[in-house]
Amino acid sequence: MPSFVITEKCDGCKAQDKTACQYICPNDLMALNRDLMKAYNQEPDQCWECYNCVKICPQQAIEVRGYQDFNPIGGNVIPMRGTDSIMWTVKFRNGILKRFKFPIRTTAEGSVDPYAGKPEPDFSKLKASGFFNYEARQA
Amino acid sequence: MEKETCTFSYCAKPEVVEVDCDLLIIGGGMSACGAAYEAARWATPKNMKIVMVDKAATDRSGAVAMGLSAINTYIGENKVEDYVRYVRGDLMGIIREDLVYDLGRHVDDSVHLFEEWGLPIWKKGDDGFSLDGFQARDEGKKTLQDGGTPVRSGKWQIMINGESYKVIVAEAAKKALEYNKKATGMAQNHFERVFIVRLLKDANDPNRVAAAAGFSVRENKMYLFKAKAMLLGAGGAVNVFRPRSSKEGQGRAWYPVWNSGSGYALGMQAGAELTLMENRFVPARFKDGYGPVGAWFLFFKAKATNSLGEDYCTNPEYLAEAKQKYGKYVDKLGTAIRNHLMMKDMKAGKGPILMRTHEAMDAINKSFIEKLGEKEGKKKVKHLEAEAWEDFLDMCIGQAGLWACKNIEPDKTPSEIMPTEPYILGSHAGCAGFWCSGPGDMAGAPKEWSWGYNRMSTVPGLFMMGDIVGASGHKFSSGSHAEGRIAAKAGLAFILDNASYTPKIRRTVDEVAAELYAPYEVYEKYKTYSTDPEINPHYIKPSLLQARLQKIADEYFGGISTWYMTSKTMLEEGLNQLKLLKEDSNRMAASTLHELMRCWENYHRILSLEAHARHILFREESRYPGYYYRGDFDFIDDNNWKAFTCSKYNMETGEFAMSKRDYVQIVSD
Repeated sequence: MPSFVITEKCDGCKAQDKTACQYICPNDLMALNRDLMKAYNQEPDQCWECYNCVKICPQQAIEVRGYQDFNPIGGNVIPMRGTDSIMWTVKFRNGILKRFKFPIRTTAEGSVDPYAGKPEPDFSKLKASGFFNYEARQA
Repeated sequence: MEKETCTFSYCAKPEVVEVDCDLLIIGGGMSACGAAYEAARWATPKNMKIVMVDKAATDRSGAVAMGLSAINTYIGENKVEDYVRYVRGDLMGIIREDLVYDLGRHVDDSVHLFEEWGLPIWKKGDDGFSLDGFQARDEGKKTLQDGGTPVRSGKWQIMINGESYKVIVAEAAKKALEYNKKATGMAQNHFERVFIVRLLKDANDPNRVAAAAGFSVRENKMYLFKAKAMLLGAGGAVNVFRPRSSKEGQGRAWYPVWNSGSGYALGMQAGAELTLMENRFVPARFKDGYGPVGAWFLFFKAKATNSLGEDYCTNPEYLAEAKQKYGKYVDKLGTAIRNHLMMKDMKAGKGPILMRTHEAMDAINKSFIEKLGEKEGKKKVKHLEAEAWEDFLDMCIGQAGLWACKNIEPDKTPSEIMPTEPYILGSHAGCAGFWCSGPGDMAGAPKEWSWGYNRMSTVPGLFMMGDIVGASGHKFSSGSHAEGRIAAKAGLAFILDNASYTPKIRRTVDEVAAELYAPYEVYEKYKTYSTDPEINPHYIKPSLLQARLQKIADEYFGGISTWYMTSKTMLEEGLNQLKLLKEDSNRMAASTLHELMRCWENYHRILSLEAHARHILFREESRYPGYYYRGDFDFIDDNNWKAFTCSKYNMETGEFAMSKRDYVQIVSD
């Protein structure tokens, strides 16, 4: 189900130092046409339909259309990812609509303080089981 | 055929960036993030430098990039030894029980950290029904660490709202790296979009690796990371076999399409010993979309049958035949055996195989209304329907799209399931990987299974984690994170014990650059020979290199086109053809940095596949029926083959040295 970029909506992330979709795609698929200042999926048959470009696009310019070697035309799935939850709209080929909202995180983005309240490492235990903050289970 | 060399006569020489560190983490997925978290805590007070290099953006890299709807390994109220028994049963009796036990006793802490960092975890409500992460928080349910009760979909699995699972885990890892960077005064210690191609041998010690070489896929820069120890977490191998999809759908691999066997190839080139590389995973998943079936089977209690409504797992004729060939391993009805039984029905023309989602939903509907009355029951059913969709939307969105495109509502229509193309991996329900040192403190484990540093490969200072630790499957996301932490600690111990070591590469930087950028040079040299650079007799583009690889794998090494069947003669012919492909890799051509990455990814796939085929050839039995069959040895032979198959790849000669190591049972039946 490759992602595609809607011409009218994409602005090439010109206000930012790099295009969001290019930054995030785990498979390095999104490219920017510098003449048009529009992004595109340069290798649709390597797209895992992970939707990370769709979720991150500040213009909501990216959607996904089903891999046509097995998907009939007409259905789609559109996310709207917020800071603590995500909304999904699933549109069936026959027009049925389903909407869902799910939590995505219980803390504020960027708020992780990795070692707050955690013990200092005890170097006498470096070669033993367990982590710096955790004794391995005995059973 | 004349060998091509790169002299940078045609393509531009890259700028070379050298980075010195103590511990290098290669990869950015769950294990790498776990490694960064644990390593930075121990390393920083000792002023040791940690560097992480990821071929993608760490927020969304690795196998959890899309998200997950469950954490498949959480021991909780269970016993670690039972976890070992379960893993052993599913992997047909041969695992490294010391590694699996060690994983089991550590994994829960990683899950507790995920929840602390913000991952929403479902909890059991007072009425016995499930609460999502927000509902649980709002009702004041305890965290898992404080004794909260998770919602189990199976004995080992817990349900989560995991859309942002990787983002959350990456945030902690990045902060940990930042903490180490500031304290040690490094300019940069987190590199994204740098693809590692090769590990380089040490100039003074031929057994050690001194550096990792790669390139930026964004700018013309080559990177050389010199390190005193390395943690390798670069993932398993996907799309090595021809997929069922014929065109663009091949991106919809079950496992992440970007897992290109780099983990295996990098370790193999360094000479690390492999184990159980014949193992593979063939998941039975919703057809084409490859949506997860676990929650449907375990949580919604759906049944899979043939199209006549018969349960292939209870067919007495099939079971008797399977038992005769594969013995006691049939009794546990593990994943491989269930595949085997399903395929019996498919071959008998009793397909399509259907997951009876509609009947499961109907049964749930009835029981809810019975328990709660019409109004409250319907409300709970609606919540449950959302949960069913979330299972896909969290981790396999394309399956939701496929249902939408085909007008499939799971409460009304059953869905087809099907065994996929094979995958080579070691953290999910597979165990192909490297022979690694165990923890050394487990009673009953042979002494030779531990050589001082946990998860170290047979190459001193080179540690493995996640998908590429052999004989230790069923770690999944949480286990991989925990394993990264275990490896990180051991890696730092190794560095402290070998304080006088200074990495120095044997080859010159120019030689390395020439090797890495050769596909660029080949392309630039020949591209104008034909009017269309895509069709050119002098080189092979990465997409076609991959197509040929997949065709060889599929037709000779037991892919979908032979119903996973192979044999000595088939394997030998396939290996002949693979040899030619390997030679042709000298003619790989890249027109962009993106294609340069694809070239080397596919080269990594070639090495992974060759190891896979060599191991299948070596093991003269069919240990994993349902995943692959040796037609010439279609039985399980415990007398001769209840053992670890091992191999070492010699990069200079291209040869594999095969050997056997004894299996030792540590945990009782």
